[in-house]
Amino acid sequence: MLRGRRRMECTLDAQSLISISLRKIHSSRTQRGGIKLHKNLLVSYVLRNARQLYLSERYAELYRRQQHYPDGAPLLAMPACPPPPAASAAAPPELAALPLPPDTQDREARSCSAVRGGAELLEVPVCAAPPELQRAPCRDSSPAFYRASSAGPGPGSPPGLLYAAGCDFGAPHCSSRTTVLDLDTHVVTTVENGYLHQDCCSQCPCCCQPAPGLASPPPAPGTKRKYYPGQEEEEGVEEGEPGGGGVAGGPPFAPCTKRARFEEYSAEHPQDSSNISNLISIFGSGFTGLVSRQQADSEQPLNGQLCSKQALASLGAWTRAIVAF
Amino acid sequence: MNSLESNKVQTYGAAAVSGGKNSGCLTITFSWNRFMSSGLHLVFVSGQAPSLPPPRTVKSALDDRMMRRFQSSELCPIYPEVEDSNTKRYQIFGWLSCWTKQNTWFQILPNLGAGGGNDIQWCFSQVKGAVDDDVAEADIISTVEFNHSGELLATGDKGGRVVIFQQEQENKTQSHSRGEYNVYSTFQSHEPEFDYLKSLEIEEKINKIRWLPQKNAAQFLLSTNDKTIKLWKISERDKRPEGYNLKEEDGRYRDPTTVTTLRVPVFRPMDLMVEASPRRIFANAHTYHINSISINSDYETYLSADDLRINLWHLEITDRSFNIVDIKPANMEELTEVITAAEFHPNSCNTFVYSSSKGTIRLCDMRASALCDRHSKLFEEPEDPSNRSFFSEIISSISDVKFSHSGRYMMTRDYLSVKIWDLNMENRPVETYQVHEYLRSKLCSLYENDCIFDKFECCWNGSDSIVMTGSYNNFFRMFDRNTKRDITLEASRENNKPRTVLKPRKVCASGKRKKDEISVDSLDFNKKILHTAWHPKENIIAVATTNNLYIFQDKMN
Repeated sequence: MLRGRRRMECTLDAQSLISISLRKIHSSRTQRGGIKLHKNLLVSYVLRNARQLYLSERYAELYRRQQHYPDGAPLLAMPACPPPPAASAAAPPELAALPLPPDTQDREARSCSAVRGGAELLEVPVCAAPPELQRAPCRDSSPAFYRASSAGPGPGSPPGLLYAAGCDFGAPHCSSRTTVLDLDTHVVTTVENGYLHQDCCSQCPCCCQPAPGLASPPPAPGTKRKYYPGQEEEEGVEEGEPGGGGVAGGPPFAPCTKRARFEEYSAEHPQDSSNISNLISIFGSGFTGLVSRQQADSEQPLNGQLCSKQALASLGAWTRAIVAF
Repeated sequence: MNSLESNKVQTYGAAAVSGGKNSGCLTITFSWNRFMSSGLHLVFVSGQAPSLPPPRTVKSALDDRMMRRFQSSELCPIYPEVEDSNTKRYQIFGWLSCWTKQNTWFQILPNLGAGGGNDIQWCFSQVKGAVDDDVAEADIISTVEFNHSGELLATGDKGGRVVIFQQEQENKTQSHSRGEYNVYSTFQSHEPEFDYLKSLEIEEKINKIRWLPQKNAAQFLLSTNDKTIKLWKISERDKRPEGYNLKEEDGRYRDPTTVTTLRVPVFRPMDLMVEASPRRIFANAHTYHINSISINSDYETYLSADDLRINLWHLEITDRSFNIVDIKPANMEELTEVITAAEFHPNSCNTFVYSSSKGTIRLCDMRASALCDRHSKLFEEPEDPSNRSFFSEIISSISDVKFSHSGRYMMTRDYLSVKIWDLNMENRPVETYQVHEYLRSKLCSLYENDCIFDKFECCWNGSDSIVMTGSYNNFFRMFDRNTKRDITLEASRENNKPRTVLKPRKVCASGKRKKDEISVDSLDFNKKILHTAWHPKENIIAVATTNNLYIFQDKMN
């Protein structure tokens, strides 16, 4: 446990903090005595703080981008990328969504907001995407992909571009809606990201009132999620169990929020924990793995075969997206 | 009038005055508590006698502002602080007086409690537990508690066992030290359980032990793990009946036909046997993990607190408890804080406090309503924005709250500090002591290795003049509220022979490390002292390291 003797300083990098926090949440599931509500609440605060820092950094980036690319240019940045990582793209929000599958009795099916907080990191830029997506219907086949790519926490150029493209200019935070395309049923769903506004408020005074909440009802736990059925089957849910987490990609999330039903979670979904744990561990390693994998994956072609569980789980999709830009 | 000149050191009554012309500062030390309760005034005047302006009454002794002013040294600027470390020399004039309607006099009251005036010298007394460095998980001590007389000392460990030590009766020959503590009873209080409905394992770790006051020959204590509280009776048996008619001494039954005469069984002395038996089991009342239990001053009821709820029990009734605090939000996503500790007021049987993970303490009065969700008082100190970091929420979470014996104050422990609150003042603590401020720059590493989640406890001494809490590297700290001095000691087996005076330790935060100082980077964060206890009447302390229990006493001359 203690490595501290040799090294007392650590980098206060928002991303590493997020991954550490997620790892803690993940490992708390397997600890004796069940999930400790207090500790996980505190970890979620760290996640939120790190996320806020990360977001503010991204927004700062966005502003800089906007100076250089006032319009249009970002569109060019959107390559004709094939769908595949669509599934993986949704992974991050998925991951976020899953850590705590809620009580089966409770239809609210909220995820661990804090973990989603981490994932939100990724989703934020995405909300910029929807208007963009709508404008570019040919791209609709891979909105999630854009989500992922825009979410890539890489050196930043692609996300910045997407931001500029997607949002109402002048408002670095996005509109309150995320549009998502279900790759299987081709259902386009719009999700209100009210929470996003609340968070944005802390960074950008120009944001408007937070949207109320989910435009569409969150799927009941245990049911296939409409938004990302692909992911549910392919990534993370290794047993092929759908609806393991039963959380929509973008249910609203109050910034000050926290724990969803730790106790119920641990009780009712023992088999989910392995799914979640995979996702979380993936997600947790996501950020740190991202940079290192960038080079390794860059030569892989962008194609749909990457929708294998592992590939999805890996950040390959993100790195490829970034490379594509 | 008595006056104090700058180059003389005088003592008023039993108050201690130290310093003098070369030290550059004069300190008058006295027990604030006694002073406050006596209803007297305090007047300070400084300057060159005798052409001083008339003394100015600072305030009524019962005025909180005055107390605060003194303790924070905010005396009127015309009258310099009592304690001033500038190199200037101050003359402090004090008039002994008693209170009259004209409010012209004042008195400084005697200094009570250990540590005031003469500092305590702590000596090693005993250490209990395994010697080897390999710590078995089950042996990790998780709670330490003296009983009301101080004769018994109970410890609970992660393996669910309770070990009770008893102090030897002092004998005349050993007048230089108090009795030693020896094992009195050991029993398995809790076993690991499995909740099948939730697929959860319930740890057997003893979270808290609380003693009941002794009412008869037997001793009673409450011990709790995460879910279940048990009332244990510890009784001694030193006699046994002998001379049964139908039973032999070894237990075999006699054939009734062989009985020719009858006799009355009598009690004969036997070797002392201490038995522990569970008298009550209070279960199934907590969904979340129990973190505190506290016995009411009526000695009939007690409370148990988990992360979100507090329940009130009667010691005789196990199948029912009343929920008195419930902070679970309707939507768990809106959860922002949890209950971290709760305690009944030592004197008022209707008052209790509970602390939260957000650094607030709520005082509730059970007479106000059946469900005490609305607090009567909310104690909260505004956060210092300059100290904001990723981990602000974690380090402001209160890990322990303890009332003073007098009931006027309460002490809270968060990760880096100990705060003492006056129940009459809600907006900030009256005293704050930094336990290990040098860790503030290391919070990130402490977060990584999970040490930032350690829950340190704190305790008062019998006279409420000194508070004690633990730290890392097996260090523990004591803060004297009267002299404002603090000391850091180490619980270690090295160089610890009985009656060896403990050497104060010092941690060097940065810069050049002086001799005998320890640098922050060489602290061992695996060696932490989370649990400490102070004898209710004497200067005997029990300090628990990971798996050892140290007992220290003050040096008796």
